[in-house]
Amino acid sequence: MADASKTLEQWENQEYKYGFVTDIQADSAPPGLNEDTVRFISAKKKEPPFMLEWRLRAFRHWKTMTEPTWANINYPPINYQDIIYYSSPIKDEDRPKSLDDVDPKLLETYEKLGIPLHERAALAGVAVDAVFDSVSVATTYKDKLGEMGIIFCPFSEAVHEHPELIQKYLGSIVPYTDNFFATLNSAVFSDGSFVYIPKGVRCPMELSTYFRINAQSTGQFERTLIIADEGAHVSYLEGCTAPMRDENQLHAAVVELVAHKDATIKYSTIQNWYPGDENGVGGIYNFVTKRGKCHENARISWTQVETGSSITWKYPSVILQGDNSVGEFYSVALTNRCQQADTGTKMIHIGKNTKSTIISKGISAGRGQNTYRGGVRINKGAANARNYTQCDSMLIGEDCGAHTFPYIEVKNSTAHMEHEASTSKIGEDQLFYCNQRGINLEDAVSMIVNGFCKEVFRELPMEFAVEAQKLLEVSLEGSVG
Amino acid sequence: MAMLEIRNLHARVEDTEILRGINLTVNAGEVHSIMGPNGSGKSTLAQVLAGKDTYEVTEGEVLYNGKDLLDMEPNERACEGVFLAFQYPVEIPGVSTNYFLKAAVNAKRKHHGQEELDAVDFLELVKEKAALVELDSKLLSRSVNEGFSGGEKKRNEIFQMCVLDPTLAILDETDSGLDIDALKTVAHGVNCMRSPERAMVVVTHYQRLLDYIVPDFVHVLREGRIVKSGGKELALELEAKGYAWVEEGNATPVATS
Repeated sequence: MADASKTLEQWENQEYKYGFVTDIQADSAPPGLNEDTVRFISAKKKEPPFMLEWRLRAFRHWKTMTEPTWANINYPPINYQDIIYYSSPIKDEDRPKSLDDVDPKLLETYEKLGIPLHERAALAGVAVDAVFDSVSVATTYKDKLGEMGIIFCPFSEAVHEHPELIQKYLGSIVPYTDNFFATLNSAVFSDGSFVYIPKGVRCPMELSTYFRINAQSTGQFERTLIIADEGAHVSYLEGCTAPMRDENQLHAAVVELVAHKDATIKYSTIQNWYPGDENGVGGIYNFVTKRGKCHENARISWTQVETGSSITWKYPSVILQGDNSVGEFYSVALTNRCQQADTGTKMIHIGKNTKSTIISKGISAGRGQNTYRGGVRINKGAANARNYTQCDSMLIGEDCGAHTFPYIEVKNSTAHMEHEASTSKIGEDQLFYCNQRGINLEDAVSMIVNGFCKEVFRELPMEFAVEAQKLLEVSLEGSVG
Repeated sequence: MAMLEIRNLHARVEDTEILRGINLTVNAGEVHSIMGPNGSGKSTLAQVLAGKDTYEVTEGEVLYNGKDLLDMEPNERACEGVFLAFQYPVEIPGVSTNYFLKAAVNAKRKHHGQEELDAVDFLELVKEKAALVELDSKLLSRSVNEGFSGGEKKRNEIFQMCVLDPTLAILDETDSGLDIDALKTVAHGVNCMRSPERAMVVVTHYQRLLDYIVPDFVHVLREGRIVKSGGKELALELEAKGYAWVEEGNATPVATS
């Protein structure tokens, strides 16, 4: 009897342990996070063993970590065992059949943002074949890029098609031990983008503009890896201005950039995840780790416009490893309603004659809280390093806040450091001046705010810049008057 | 019908009453000068007419072309043709003067159901008006008033007035901070704008400006009331005798005309 119960227990455990195998046809993993969840995700994606091993190492490390609390943000504790870590893409039959089935409020916002009609349907999640064939558009460009040796594909596809590149570069910039959220991402990441630009090739188009419709499938744990080989150039656009709704509240993305000798990577982001309602309920928590490494003479430029999410925790950084390399960070972060943003950058100067520029514009309205957190480190060997930091905050209304935490660490006396900071309130006087010229209040606010952000917007690719301006306008609606 | 009819206007900031019963009638084609010592309420009157909400109107009424001016939003007043040349023009970083002014011109055109000006027509208009006040057209591509000298800011105000072509122009101490050459240029701009359809209210502390912009009427403001009104010779008399002269009992309350 004792033996029988023992056997039964073993059998039960076994069933539990391998449960994921029999469940492989399921659309979603059950809520919760354990090694099986990680195995389930890896199996779903039919990943090679090296990927599973990597994920498992990350997961085991994650279990030893605690959630960081140093950021200037407040949110109720996240129960990581309540979250569903994998679910298949929505089936076409569950999608709205046409724009008539879509929330009119959402459509109204698309209208305000001036999003082309044919993109609206796709953004709203209408079954693609019912709208237009976006796939063929995407394929056309993919072929063209392929001829130049450029690889641009979903991350999961790259794992199968280019495992040698993945093995070489995955985690090389953001190791799986990096930080709580990056480690979590390493264990459970769903998908993302992979880009490889071969030696000396200048990518002929902004990547992802034509593909942004597909962005909705990237999900909550996105992983992006971009490699520009020697002398290569690429400009990558992430996100779009359309408000992105998502059932998943927790987002933890990782982006790694590798710029080899003489290469340039320009990475532009517009982040407009759901910010929650008037009281911040239901908004996305966005914990992002973005980092790039510059080899000799390379340049990495981050430009971000952050207007969405209820919590933004994000510090796109550059490791200036090679001599004469250049790092740039241009940021506009807007918090309205109850949004909280703690964002900035880190510039790590290692090589000689390395240069970094930081321009940060924080706008707080409503009850929004906006924090700039930046670190500039000049290592001992970084002779003649230069940094210029400009950090401006604008307050709209009485109940919002702006905070600045710049960290500067200089270990080489030849460094040139400049830091400028300002905080201004959107002036009653400025608004009245505009009004007196006939410009109404909302137009005046958007004009003043866009003027404030100009230095960042001019770093954005043209089309993105126009969208970003409109986005600010819409995001600020009702913040004054 | 008078263009502007101010009746028993009272206004305050918090607990301080600044305007204590202003009565003034301005007809199309007229230039009125409001003079008075510091703190008499000259600038407050200008700002209340433009709709600055720091001031609370507690009594009285203002009719502009027969409409209740105080009932209109500041931008509505502007679109209806009220222009205020600011004593302290405001800087708007990152917004070019051209962009700003084009938005203003088109807001007004839209208000009147006219088509918006395109870039070419707008630039032509701007070029012509900038020449009128000798404003360096390079300033137009710079941010509004940012880094402008005091004189440039004032010229920019008059330049904007010329472009926006108001019906009622209120100039708030436009002469302050100007050297004599700049003053002449600004006055030239203003004089070019004089027309039978337009009225102007020129607020100034000194008589000096009135040598160049000759008013039809001069009013002396003291403690929130108009205490003396007259022709252009009143300004000269004030210059010779000082504001104390009005205070020494020569004040004659002016009846509503």
